[in-house]
Amino acid sequence: MRPLRRKPPRVGDSPQTRIALMAFVLFFVALLVLAPLAVIFVQAFSRGMEAYGAAIAHPDTRHAIFLTVVTALIAVPVNTAFGVAAAWAITKFDFWGRRFLLVVIEIPFSISPIVAGVAYLFVYGLQGLFGPALEAADVKILFALPGIVLASMFVTAPFVARELIPLMQAQGRDLEEAATSLGASGWRTFMSVTLPNIRWALLYGVVLCNARVMGEFGAVSVVSGNIRGQTNTLPLHIELLYHDYQTAGAFAAASILTVLAVFTIIAKVLLEKRGAGRAGRPVLTPPGTAATEPLA
Amino acid sequence: MRHRVLPGLPLSLGITLFYVSLIVVLPLGALIFKAASLGPEDYWRIVSSARALASYRVTVLAAFVATAFNLVFGLALAWVLVRYQFPGRRLLDAIVDLPFALPTAVAGIALTTLFAPSGWFGAALAPLGITVAYTPLGIMVAMAFTSLPFIVRTVQPVLEDLDPALEEAAQSLGGSDLTIFRKVILPQLTPALLAGVSLAFARCLGEFGAIIFIAGNQPMETEITALLAFIRLEEYDYQAAAAIASVLLITAFVMLAVTNILQARALRYTMRTA
Repeated sequence: MRPLRRKPPRVGDSPQTRIALMAFVLFFVALLVLAPLAVIFVQAFSRGMEAYGAAIAHPDTRHAIFLTVVTALIAVPVNTAFGVAAAWAITKFDFWGRRFLLVVIEIPFSISPIVAGVAYLFVYGLQGLFGPALEAADVKILFALPGIVLASMFVTAPFVARELIPLMQAQGRDLEEAATSLGASGWRTFMSVTLPNIRWALLYGVVLCNARVMGEFGAVSVVSGNIRGQTNTLPLHIELLYHDYQTAGAFAAASILTVLAVFTIIAKVLLEKRGAGRAGRPVLTPPGTAATEPLA
Repeated sequence: MRHRVLPGLPLSLGITLFYVSLIVVLPLGALIFKAASLGPEDYWRIVSSARALASYRVTVLAAFVATAFNLVFGLALAWVLVRYQFPGRRLLDAIVDLPFALPTAVAGIALTTLFAPSGWFGAALAPLGITVAYTPLGIMVAMAFTSLPFIVRTVQPVLEDLDPALEEAAQSLGGSDLTIFRKVILPQLTPALLAGVSLAFARCLGEFGAIIFIAGNQPMETEITALLAFIRLEEYDYQAAAAIASVLLITAFVMLAVTNILQARALRYTMRTA
């Protein structure tokens, strides 16, 4: 007798189940994900190309784009430096409180952006810890760029660290220890031994961090003061236009952030092919190695 | 403890502790300090006011429905992505992340426009007597959107790593697909599903940007807790804002603990079966 070539179909592979499940999934993906994506561009161009161009070129919109880019240019590099430092400290050394530190770094993920904004108000606001002193010294943090940057750094604090920590944990310390024992300085060890191994994960974290900084709404909304043409970032400007019944303008501004989101996803897929992100890390990291979310 | 060979501990740990203290611990400490300075009576009066209680009810109920929907939909989506081969599978896999990548304000105005009475979906649902925009249903839709990827992404890797031998054994014993799914596959997915559910639920409770556009924001009916904290700030009622924000903060900490416990359990399960 010939051996069986074909295995029986796997569970859920019958045509009926397949069609039913695919139809269910595609229906809701179209409804919940594709339709919102489509409606943004339909609305943005509802008054034609010229109106779209005019909406983007409006000084307030241009200023909002400028402010969003400046915020990202400050918050993302600072967060990246922090993420690298945190990953180096946590994965290359054993010290007391290491696991607790991991949990604290992850906290901003679990907290409502509104809570973050309110919390910053109670540090730098007039009714907060440093508010009166800052006022006396004439330093403006809230309702100005520094507040927006600080709130953005809060919500994205874990982004780079949580990509690096599981990866560097898995890679161990042997290579770095070999490099140091051969006489390389700490900086040189990091640049020529560690960095080449983590570059894609690092870039992955940076890309996600940047997307979140540029799109942050709740936390920034509390601390920015929403001054048109002054402290309005792009997401806040979208809200303002939308509530002014300038729907086409709001969606024109929104289309910029949507393009950013699409590019972020493309970058994410490309980096995942190179082993970054969820592809490169164990599904559920053992306790004590990393308390990071198993997610993208 | 082994001997330390690598350099850079003081510098890297110093930067880390400074940053975490300044950016994360200090603001949250200030919020807790402000809320605690209220005194138990005032605090309780604010957080148990009728309007606050209504906001908890609206938020928790909507989060519950949105998470329940995503439990079913997320599992189906993960199943389709892992077990079926079809053209466009990788594209579908990529666009699952869109709710994470799309800024919440953009999602908010897009969903509102779709479900408004004159929108594509709103106009189609109106003859059925269903209104989504500016009702609790709208809050559920917005929450379902923003928390969509969580369950897919926690279940997907576990589904990929399932041992086909167990299913084959059940098949050879004559089990129907549904029985095998219920008794063999689902128990293996449960820990990951629970972890995903707690992440999604926590995200729903804290969501703000996507919701406020579509919710209608009527006190007692469609006002979520995060918005109530925001409104109290705009009224310069800082004490009330601090108290209500502290409720959200405590809830977030509880959800964080629950998630960590569920993930640890899920991990033990995977290690045992591996």
